[in-house]
Amino acid sequence: MPPTRIAWQQATVTAIVPQTPTVKSYILTPSTPFDFVAGQHVDVRLTAPDGYQAERSYSIGSAPGGDTIELVIERLEDGEVSLFFHEVVEVGDAVEIRGPIGGHFNWSPSDAGPILLVGGGSGVVPLMSMLRRRAAASPDTPFALVYSARRWDEVIFRDEVMQRAREEDHFTLALTLTREASPVPDVRSGRIDRMMLADTLMVFGDQLPVLTFVCGATAFVEVATMLLIDLGVPFESIRTERYGGAEAKILGPDVAVPDA
Amino acid sequence: MATRGFFGRRPSADDAARLPPGQYKTEDFPVLSAGPTPRVQTDTWSFTLKHGPRPLASWDWQAFNALPKTSVMRDIHCVTKWSKFDTKWEGVSIDDLLAAAGVEAPTGFLLAHSFDGYSTNVPLADLVDGKAMVATAYDGRPITADHGGPARLLVPHLYFWKSAKWVNGLQFTERDEPGFWELRGYHIYGDPWREQRFTGD
Ligand SMILES: Cc1cc2nc3c(=O)[nH]c(=O)nc-3n(C[C@H](O)[C@H](O)[C@H](O)COP(=O)(O)OP(=O)(O)OC[C@H]3O[C@@H](n4cnc5c(N)ncnc54)[C@H](O)[C@@H]3O)c2cc1C
Repeated sequence: MPPTRIAWQQATVTAIVPQTPTVKSYILTPSTPFDFVAGQHVDVRLTAPDGYQAERSYSIGSAPGGDTIELVIERLEDGEVSLFFHEVVEVGDAVEIRGPIGGHFNWSPSDAGPILLVGGGSGVVPLMSMLRRRAAASPDTPFALVYSARRWDEVIFRDEVMQRAREEDHFTLALTLTREASPVPDVRSGRIDRMMLADTLMVFGDQLPVLTFVCGATAFVEVATMLLIDLGVPFESIRTERYGGAEAKILGPDVAVPDA
Repeated sequence: MATRGFFGRRPSADDAARLPPGQYKTEDFPVLSAGPTPRVQTDTWSFTLKHGPRPLASWDWQAFNALPKTSVMRDIHCVTKWSKFDTKWEGVSIDDLLAAAGVEAPTGFLLAHSFDGYSTNVPLADLVDGKAMVATAYDGRPITADHGGPARLLVPHLYFWKSAKWVNGLQFTERDEPGFWELRGYHIYGDPWREQRFTGD
């Protein structure tokens, strides 16, 4: 039997939720709902009247198991697709999607833990799906999230991650702001560095994470993974998703992770 | 059906003709890898040609760089949607590699292997007749680690995940065996012009 194709389908935008001044969540209702694993993404395709098409990938931020999927899209000023979402898309519109896609940057409860998540900016999106999945299906699995954003009002899912950190057992959050001082005590300032990662790894006691997921702009991922390896996190246990953006400039082992 | 309100940032007619379906042109050189970037040193580097488990030939960095070098300029297409035009590479063509090993291809299929455990399958026909190389330089300089240096496979007419980074060997297999991404939902062949991104495309 030939493998089946992941088909394009229409999805209706059923809600739009502003997350930060430059990021919005788009809740989509696919015409044919599908199951997925936390960490997977969909491809989105837009078609112009003359047939010209643009495609981009977006991670799914919601947990598996619902009839809708949440995409979380950051506005890039010269961005063809992200700007269209921010400027044009309204509730009731339809876009084409196909998915789920991706068989590696995935966490499911059977992977167990401890699990380390490291996200920069919109790189938190697939990690959010994992956190939500953990809370619903595997609340005893230890998770830690090291999360870097530029400013307090640019922290995507800020209230939710902070609330989870307060209320959920076995979940530790290390949130840091890279471009302003933190207005609250338990949020740090400065880029993710060796110390912050080392501190976070300590919450797992003498266990190393069975899997570490690192997601964000390319430069962020390059440097974060280099620091993790330096701290003894096994190479094979680190999975990455690079969203693009500026290229990494690797300076040396003591550098801090670039701006999210 | 058209998407309401979408007109798009259209590429020029010249660019459009060079862009496979669903791709957009970028001037950057984005990075896509499944994991961290391994730091592969040239003094411990080696490249092995195998048939199944049996080694046919092996080169260290010095011996490999003594093989004849070829330069090419090609467009490359990543499955994450970006394409980059006129990228310049230098390396050892697979034709020259097989000739140096003095072997007749024993099968029609290969798996490329990498230092990080990654693998990807490419049919022999897509590697020979000047179609592919083991590249050691990009744009006139040694390939940086994040782009797969010191050496990566270059099969520019297929999606770029086939151009395995940190390559350390090619292995003839009896049949077309899926590699790392091909086992994780990506297409077994990966022709960008037929938009073969995922299994079943
Ligand atoms: C697997 C995967 C999952 C992704 N998930 C998400 C997600 O959940 N949310 C999200 O917002 N994006 C995500 N992205 C990025 C997304 O696919 C697009 O690349 C992004 O929205 C830009 O597209 P655009 O058409 O708006 O910009 P383009 O028109 O393609 O680019 C405009 C400019 O922005 C630059 N640029 C492209 N990407 C970035 C970036 N990440 N950071 C900074 N500059 C950039 C380009 O170099 C260019 O100069 C993901 C990418 C991948 C590969």
